[in-house]
Amino acid sequence: MKIHEYQARNLFRKYGIPVPEGVVCHSVDEVKQKVSDEDKLRVVKAQVQVGGRGKAGGVKLATTKAEAVEKAKQILGMEIKGITVEKILVADAVDIEKEFYVGLINDRNTKSVTLMASAEGGVEIEEVAKVSPEKIIKMAIDPAMGLMAWQARKIALQLFNDPKQIRQAADIFVKLYALYIDTDSSLAEINPLVLTPDKQVLAIDGKMNFDDNALFRQKEIIAMREADENEQKEIEANAKGLSYIKLDGNIGCMVNGAGLAMATMDMIKLYGGDPANFLDIGGSSNPQKVVDAMNILLSDKNVNSVMINIFGGITRCDDVARGLVAALDIIKTEVPIVIRLSGTNAKEGLEIIKTTGLPVVETMSEAAKTAIELSISRK
Amino acid sequence: MSILINKDTKVIVQGITGRDGAFHTSKMKAYGTNIVGGISPGKGGQQVDGIPVFNTVAEAVKATGANASVIFVPAPFAGDAIMEASYAGVDLVICITEHVPVQDMIKVTPVLKKNGTKLVGANCPGLITPDECLIGILPGMIFKKGNVGLISRSGTLTYEVVNMLTENNLGQTTCVGIGGDSVSGLYFIDLLEMYENDPETEAVVVIGEIGGDAEEQAARFIKDKMTKPVVAFIAGQSAPPGKRMGHAGAIISSGAGTAEEKIKAFKAAGVPVAKEPREIPGLVKEKLGL
Repeated sequence: MKIHEYQARNLFRKYGIPVPEGVVCHSVDEVKQKVSDEDKLRVVKAQVQVGGRGKAGGVKLATTKAEAVEKAKQILGMEIKGITVEKILVADAVDIEKEFYVGLINDRNTKSVTLMASAEGGVEIEEVAKVSPEKIIKMAIDPAMGLMAWQARKIALQLFNDPKQIRQAADIFVKLYALYIDTDSSLAEINPLVLTPDKQVLAIDGKMNFDDNALFRQKEIIAMREADENEQKEIEANAKGLSYIKLDGNIGCMVNGAGLAMATMDMIKLYGGDPANFLDIGGSSNPQKVVDAMNILLSDKNVNSVMINIFGGITRCDDVARGLVAALDIIKTEVPIVIRLSGTNAKEGLEIIKTTGLPVVETMSEAAKTAIELSISRK
Repeated sequence: MSILINKDTKVIVQGITGRDGAFHTSKMKAYGTNIVGGISPGKGGQQVDGIPVFNTVAEAVKATGANASVIFVPAPFAGDAIMEASYAGVDLVICITEHVPVQDMIKVTPVLKKNGTKLVGANCPGLITPDECLIGILPGMIFKKGNVGLISRSGTLTYEVVNMLTENNLGQTTCVGIGGDSVSGLYFIDLLEMYENDPETEAVVVIGEIGGDAEEQAARFIKDKMTKPVVAFIAGQSAPPGKRMGHAGAIISSGAGTAEEKIKAFKAAGVPVAKEPREIPGLVKEKLGL
């Protein structure tokens, strides 16, 4: 789960990480009301959960209140990577002497939370990571001990020279780690962490993601969720025991198992088609699940053919087939469907499906080719 | 021979009285797995399907001499269940439970190391040595005894591939589903080493997925340390960057862990990569000179 920058800043503040003051506004009127009359340097920032908003024109400086209102007008309602900006953060801007990067992630190689830091902070950090990985300092943290003060200092010493700044930075690292653990985060970034000309160390932008598997014990975090339209669909699917991700193609896929679902999408691509989605219905033969899955799939108007790919394991193909027949009886759609069944009791399953008159095939490759042909014939 | 499990493996089931635990216990037992006990706190002394139930893993181990434990408890308690098994001295723990919080798995990791416990999963289908022992939720009937090892991050895709291997008369020594989570127990390298040392295994099939760099590490290991042929497949070649495809592990971030990089790494290690699953049996036969 993702949250907005302003929400991450609120969490930082709660944990004592210094962040410049700011207000969140949903309209120009709100900016007029909430922003003080004082003329000072402010930054107006689009609150969208995608990267690259600065380059898209979603972050602008303002020297007066009137200018802040003007910039808010420009940013509110603009589109960034297909997402409409509905709220902005108007924050005090600070002068910057130097920018740093600090991040915490779950590292699958060390199987631990890893602290990453760099003296080359800012928007190009991914480029730094690619071109000169040695400029990123990494430290794996022992989960039993947590991030110890001396470890945080060890990292801070490599970024700062002044003892006071080293202490400030180390303190921020320890607090960020506490926040990360307390909230079951999967990513916590301060980018940039800045040093101001008056020698203060501050977080001026923040990003946090959370482990979906841990949301059951994170009531406060889940209350912050503001999903966009596509995410909303994905969340609804999850609630029904389905895993759905919308893509840009036109061939709908319904598969049991995540790995097989990915392999199915790959196969459609391999034979020249374009998958419309990833959809994993899990391992049951429950007709309701198929109905729910079909409804989600067909709500995407780009879908003009559907490939159902099921491998029957513990759940036998004949059970799956009966479930499919019952579900397809409820869903009456014009969109052509091809079904592929394989595995335990596949023969019996295929016989049952044949009664529906829908095309059934035995291999994944055949199913992919058929789905593509059906899709082309409907264009 | 085989790796990790065989006909002498004594298995206990954590969460044996739950719906999934009870269902799959009967399936495992029917396959011939030696299930010696189950754990369900507060239900010690009862029986499930003729299997004695204990309150703690330690009691079960003491009474039965179990050396493997399979976990079906709900996700919020799975990390704790793994640790309980580890501290009770179980050698091999298999966690079937999906959606286990990553922080719980991170906490488990040093405990496993300290106690010398091997973990498969979480979020995995389990493992099987055909005709001897099945632990987990794998459909036993598609497997066949033979000389091919298989490691996979996926569930149904594994079955798909195993089914093709079996149909092509390529039986298996041991097949292991390592699970799709970002932080999990045994990885490709750990298992490749076991297959390399297993006299019966003649070739290994590796089914990878986008995300992380376990496949790249496996490719390096194969190049440096393995004498036996390996064939690979990578799922998720068409996935757009930054999207999570059901498995927490299948995330592409900042250019690392793409299908393209994994395929390149395998090819550089002399490992043929199948374009689609149905090519796998042919590639294995070619490598074995069949």
